[in-house]
Amino acid sequence: MKILLSGTASDSHTWNLVYLRLFLQEQGHQVVGLGPCAPAELLLAGCLRHAPDAVVLSSVNGHGYRDGLAAVRRLRAEPALAGLPVVLGGKLGVAGHRQEADVARLTEAGCDAVLGEDLDALREFLAARARKEVPA
Amino acid sequence: MTAPAPAPDFGRFVAASAAAGRLVVQPRMGFGDPGRMRAGLARTRAATAHTAGTLTVDSYTRVGDLAAARAAVAEGSRLNGYPIAAHSPATTRAVLDGLFDADFPVQVRHGSARPLAIVRALTAAGLDATEGGPVSYCLPYGRTPLRESVTAWARACELLATGARPGAVPHLESFGGCLLGQLCPPGLLVATSVLECLFFMQFGLRSVSLSYAQQTDPAQDEEALRALHRLAAEFLPDGIDHHVVLYTYMGVYPRTEQGATRLLEASARLAVRSGAGRLIVKTTAEAHRLPTVEENVRALETAAAAAALAGPPAPDPAAEGGGEVYEEARTLVETVLGLHPDLSRALPAAFERGLLDVPFCLHPDNAGRSLGFVDPGGRLRWARTGAMPIRPDAAADAAPLTSAGLLAALHHVADRYDSPRHRDRDSHRDSGEGHDRPQATPLTV
Repeated sequence: MKILLSGTASDSHTWNLVYLRLFLQEQGHQVVGLGPCAPAELLLAGCLRHAPDAVVLSSVNGHGYRDGLAAVRRLRAEPALAGLPVVLGGKLGVAGHRQEADVARLTEAGCDAVLGEDLDALREFLAARARKEVPA
Repeated sequence: MTAPAPAPDFGRFVAASAAAGRLVVQPRMGFGDPGRMRAGLARTRAATAHTAGTLTVDSYTRVGDLAAARAAVAEGSRLNGYPIAAHSPATTRAVLDGLFDADFPVQVRHGSARPLAIVRALTAAGLDATEGGPVSYCLPYGRTPLRESVTAWARACELLATGARPGAVPHLESFGGCLLGQLCPPGLLVATSVLECLFFMQFGLRSVSLSYAQQTDPAQDEEALRALHRLAAEFLPDGIDHHVVLYTYMGVYPRTEQGATRLLEASARLAVRSGAGRLIVKTTAEAHRLPTVEENVRALETAAAAAALAGPPAPDPAAEGGGEVYEEARTLVETVLGLHPDLSRALPAAFERGLLDVPFCLHPDNAGRSLGFVDPGGRLRWARTGAMPIRPDAAADAAPLTSAGLLAALHHVADRYDSPRHRDRDSHRDSGEGHDRPQATPLTV
């Protein structure tokens, strides 16, 4: 699959992105990386330009919920991207534990999965999407 | 009649503390809510330690999205720092009132690539000490073009140098010794700190600090800190106030309380024996989430106690020769200074030509041809140096970088300190000898 990998708008962390690129490539995926601090508009432009099979958003800085929500809303507002799988991983807030209400709102806004830091879950998420691509 | 309180002066405070044999310890602490921020500063001031206060700015303000910072304040959302440009100067003055004085300077920490709004807000609130740099908070993290960051930082330096209240000596700390936090061999960290301090001086600052972040090997770190002192003495003109600031390990932090505490204590001893004037601490919560005020206070007191027990600074073993880190950093500094006398032109030119090249940095203005690795002895080395005027280590493995190898290298320090085997060596001097290290680690390249 071709995966667009990006940090969120206010998040300057990059080790997560450096690591995820290697991890996704080792799973056989092609990775287009937008880097850290990617505003929603840039993410949208990246999706339209590269036509990825899935988007992986990674956030560490405690603003994952706010930034992730803005990003996924922007993507879903674009009809051409209605069916694009979008997964958000990392930290959603500053509290150190997962807030289920935040996860629910992200899912309502169009996030296909909200994963925390579980890489097995990411691998399974992408594998399930990859299988769907195969024509019957 | 009471005389007015003497103006807080960040550089003078650190120098006086050093003269009295006391390490200044400082948290990285910021809260969106003014009441919580004030409580955090009050607790920092009251800690059993020689402390400086910190206002860490939130990341919306840092990336220049002041509208998002204001919206979060209006909604009452919790932010990851103090939105100094979203709160009024009066609010910030109220946060500082009765706390900020000659015995308790406060530094605004942010590292924005476009820091003008932050510098305006901090000077408006009566503050004059901050941190960052045109390279060190542009390249490693964001996506602001380097040339724009350099222009913005030049203006911010001029504003800070001239805009502070009368009698103040504004202070600016280079974040150059941190870059991506870990896995950057020390020569480049030291060189960046020196170059950024020269940049700050070019735009009017007279009081600066040079940073270095603790890396993988105590002996190499000591060498780097001594190189920083020596290069500062050689390159900064007389009359420029300066000190060295050490950051407790900036990478993946030990998960156990014991491991985290030992790493913090090791950084405090490293700071003392290599003559740093100030230490930015980390907490036992670091591996898990943003720390609370209480965790920050505990970290400050732990570091201060370890520093007090460390004894006087050791003599420099490489005083005559200089050493590997010194030679490498000096070569990088001289190469950049040789490109153009104006650092606002020399720094972007150096990155354009790959003469400076930060490993693992994703920024488009970074050549991205350099790579670091942890050698079997635990020392950070260059696997590749790209076009930099320094040589890679001949012993570097040529295997490709894998996610597992990267992860192992990122966790090298945390794993060592979390390991139960590490427990017995607490009293050892952190000299790099006698370490019960796991076998050769793994950043294969």
